[in-house]
Amino acid sequence: MPLYHSEDQAMLSDTARGFMADEGNIANGLRHWRDRDCPDGFGHALWKQFAEMGFTGMLLDEADGGLGMGHVEAGIVLEEIGRNLTPSPFLTSSVLAATALKHGSNDLKERYLPGLIEGESVFAVAVDETAKHRPDRITTRAEKSGNGFKLTGAKSFVVQGASADMLIVAARTSGADDDADGITLFAVPKDAANMSHDAVRLVDSSMATHTRFDGVELDGGAVIGEVDGGREVLNAMLAAGRIGTAAEGVGVARGAMDMTIDYIKQRKQFGQVIGEFQALQHRASHLYSEVEIARAVTIKAQQLLDEGAESADLMTSVAKAKVAKAAGLAVKEGVQMHGGIGMTDEYDIGLYMKRDRALQEFLGDAYFHANRVADISGY
Amino acid sequence: MSDLENFRLETREWLEANCPAEMRKPVRDDDDVYWGGRRATFKNDAQKAWFEACRDKGYTVPAWPKAYGGAGLSAPEAKILRQEMAAIGARPPLSSFGIWMLGPALLKFGTEGQKQRFLNEIARGEIRWCQGYSEPGSGSDLVSMQTFGEDKGDHWQVNGQKIWTSYADHADWIFCLVRTDKDNKYKGITFMLFDMAGAGVSTKPILLISGNSPFCETFFDDVKVPKSYGEDCPGFVGEINRGWDVAKYLLGHEREMISGMGGGERTAAIGTAMKRHSAKTGDDLDPMLRAELAMFDVDALAFTAMSEKFMDEMKSGKGHPAQPNMMKYVGTELNKRRHELMMSVGGSRSLEWESEETRGGAPSRDWLRTKANSIEGGTSEVMLNVISKRILELPGA
Repeated sequence: MPLYHSEDQAMLSDTARGFMADEGNIANGLRHWRDRDCPDGFGHALWKQFAEMGFTGMLLDEADGGLGMGHVEAGIVLEEIGRNLTPSPFLTSSVLAATALKHGSNDLKERYLPGLIEGESVFAVAVDETAKHRPDRITTRAEKSGNGFKLTGAKSFVVQGASADMLIVAARTSGADDDADGITLFAVPKDAANMSHDAVRLVDSSMATHTRFDGVELDGGAVIGEVDGGREVLNAMLAAGRIGTAAEGVGVARGAMDMTIDYIKQRKQFGQVIGEFQALQHRASHLYSEVEIARAVTIKAQQLLDEGAESADLMTSVAKAKVAKAAGLAVKEGVQMHGGIGMTDEYDIGLYMKRDRALQEFLGDAYFHANRVADISGY
Repeated sequence: MSDLENFRLETREWLEANCPAEMRKPVRDDDDVYWGGRRATFKNDAQKAWFEACRDKGYTVPAWPKAYGGAGLSAPEAKILRQEMAAIGARPPLSSFGIWMLGPALLKFGTEGQKQRFLNEIARGEIRWCQGYSEPGSGSDLVSMQTFGEDKGDHWQVNGQKIWTSYADHADWIFCLVRTDKDNKYKGITFMLFDMAGAGVSTKPILLISGNSPFCETFFDDVKVPKSYGEDCPGFVGEINRGWDVAKYLLGHEREMISGMGGGERTAAIGTAMKRHSAKTGDDLDPMLRAELAMFDVDALAFTAMSEKFMDEMKSGKGHPAQPNMMKYVGTELNKRRHELMMSVGGSRSLEWESEETRGGAPSRDWLRTKANSIEGGTSEVMLNVISKRILELPGA
C-alpha cells in the first residue's frame, strides 16, 4: 500500500475539510462556545451533523451500523478537526469508546452503539488516575458483588467527562495496582448512583471531570470483553486514541503553520515583508520539514494499525512523540513569528498553542512515548 | 494470488538462490563496496558472484529499461525488490555515480545513442564515472563556475579546475560542467562527457579530517573533448549551453541519494544496537544518553516513514518537485546526530584512530566523515533557502 491517501481517502479529506471549515471553524465552534461559557465545551447540533455525515460511526463495523473504515480515515477527519480546532467528542466517542465497544458483547453493542452512531449520546474514557498518563497503574477497583460489581476509586482528567452520557472505565478486578493482568473495562452510565463529577475547564477551553466512584453498582452486562482480561481491550483503545490524537495534532500543526507562513508574507517591518528575512525563512523551512515528517509517520502508523501489523505499537508511539515535538514547534514558532499580536486573545494563533498543549498531554506526552519507544526496542 | 505477491515470492526465491551469505553482512570496509570500472577488482568470489548474478538479471539498475541493462521493473516491483533485499541485509551489488546520477540524467535528457552506449556500460559496471561540478571559487554558488571550453569546431579545448570530485582518482570517465559562454551565467554551461585517460587530465586526492581521501582536485590542461562519439552520441548531455538544466535535475537526484542515509529502508532503532554494544563492553547506558537515543529514534523512525512516503509520491508524480531538498536537509542532519550518539556510546574506545579493534578507527573516521553530509550536494542552509523559495514561496528567497 503506498504511503499516501488513496482516491477515496482524498475525497473524504476534501469532504471533511469543507465540512469542518464551514460548520466547525474557530469562530462558530471554539470561540462561540467558549465565549458563552458552555459547560460542555462544544455544540450538540454540530455533533448531530457529524452523525449525518457518517463520521460518528466510521470506525465501527458495517454490521453494527458503522462505516467499517480504518484509522487512516478517522485520521483524515481528525486532521481537519485539528486544523479548525473544532470542539467535539469525536476522539473520545468515535475513536476511543468505539474501539473499546467493538470488543463488547452483542448485547452491549445493541444497547450503546445506536446512540453513539446517531450522535445522541456522548462517550468519555476514564483511564488516568493522576495528572500524568500512567495506564500501567490502575488502582480503581471493581469488587464482585452479587451478579455484578461495585466500583470504588477515582479517575482524573476525564476528557469530555462533563458532557458525557457514558464513561468507559478501566478498573482493577484482581491483582496488585501495577499488574498487567486483572483489568476489566466497564461501560458506566454517568448518572449512576454513588458517582460524583467535578467539572474543570482546561487551558484549551475543553471540559474534563474528576470523577469519584463510591461503590457504584454495575450489573455483569456492563463488562466490555472479559473480566480480568481487559488489558488487551485497553491497549487497543489506547492505540486508537493515541494515533487519533496524533492525527489531530498534525492538523493543529498544519493549521498553525499555514497561518504563520501567511502572516510573515504580509507583515511589514523595516520597510519590507518580514518573510524576506532569512532568519525567519530558515526557521519556517525547518518547521515545514518537521511537520511533513510528523504527518508521514502518523499515516504510516495508521496504516500499520489498520493492517494489524506487529510494528504498529512501536510506530504509534513514534508518531505520538514526533507529532508532539513538531506541533509544539509549530505553535511556539507561530506565536513568536506573529510577534505581539500572537499574544492577544483576538488572534487565533494562541488558540492553536493552547489546543496543542492539551493534545500533547492526552494519552501520553513526547517523553512518555519516547520512553516507550526505548522499552519496545529493548533498551 | 496477485501479480505483485507472485513477484515477491519469486524475488525471495531468487535472492535466496543468488545472494551469497557473505553479501548479507553489513558493509564494514571500503572494499566491501563494489564500484565497477576498468580497473575494478573483486574482494572475493562472493562479491563477484553476487555482482554477476545481479548484472545478468538487470538488478544492478532494476528500474531501468531492459534495453539499457536494467530489469524494467515497475515502481511497485522495484519497491518489493528493495524491501526483500533489505529483509536479508543484501548489499548493493554495484555502487556508482553512473547509477545514481549520470544514469537518471541520460534517461531524461540523453539521445537514444547515448542511452544505448553509456547506460549499458554503467549497468554492466564497465565504466566508473565521477562528477565534475564544484570549483575552488564555486561551492554553494555553483553557477559561478569558470572552467572553460573553447570551441574548436569538432571539439572543445577545456581548461580549469574542479574540486571535491568524488573518487576522481579511481574514475574512468567524468561528467563535467564546463562554461561555453562567458557572457551568459545560467545559459552558458555545457554538460560534457569525457574520458579521464585523455591527455591533460590530472587528479590529486585531498586529505580530509577523517584521514581519508574520498575527494580529489581535478585539473584540466588543454583537454580535448569531442563534440561527438559517433552517430547519435554527442559528447554532451542535453543542449550546448543548457547544461545547467541537466545539472539542476541531477542535483535533485543527488539530494535524494544523500537523504537516504538518514532513513531509507532502515527500521531498527539505533538504541537497540547501542544497548547491545554497551552490554558487550560492560558499560551501562547513562539514563540521559538513553533518553537522547530514544529522542533520536523517534526522529529517525519517523523519517523512515517520510522516506517511504517521499519515494511513493515521487514514483506516482504526486510529490512536490522541491521535496528532495527537504529530504536531503533532514536526512543529513539526522545522520550527523546518529554518529554523535554512536561516539558517545562508544566512549574512549571510539577515539582510537588506528587500532585493529576499531578497524582502523572506523567510529571516529566515520563520525568525522558525516560532517560533510550537510555540506556536499548543497549545504543545509542552501536546502532551507530552496524550501523557503519553492515550497513555502516566501518573498525574496
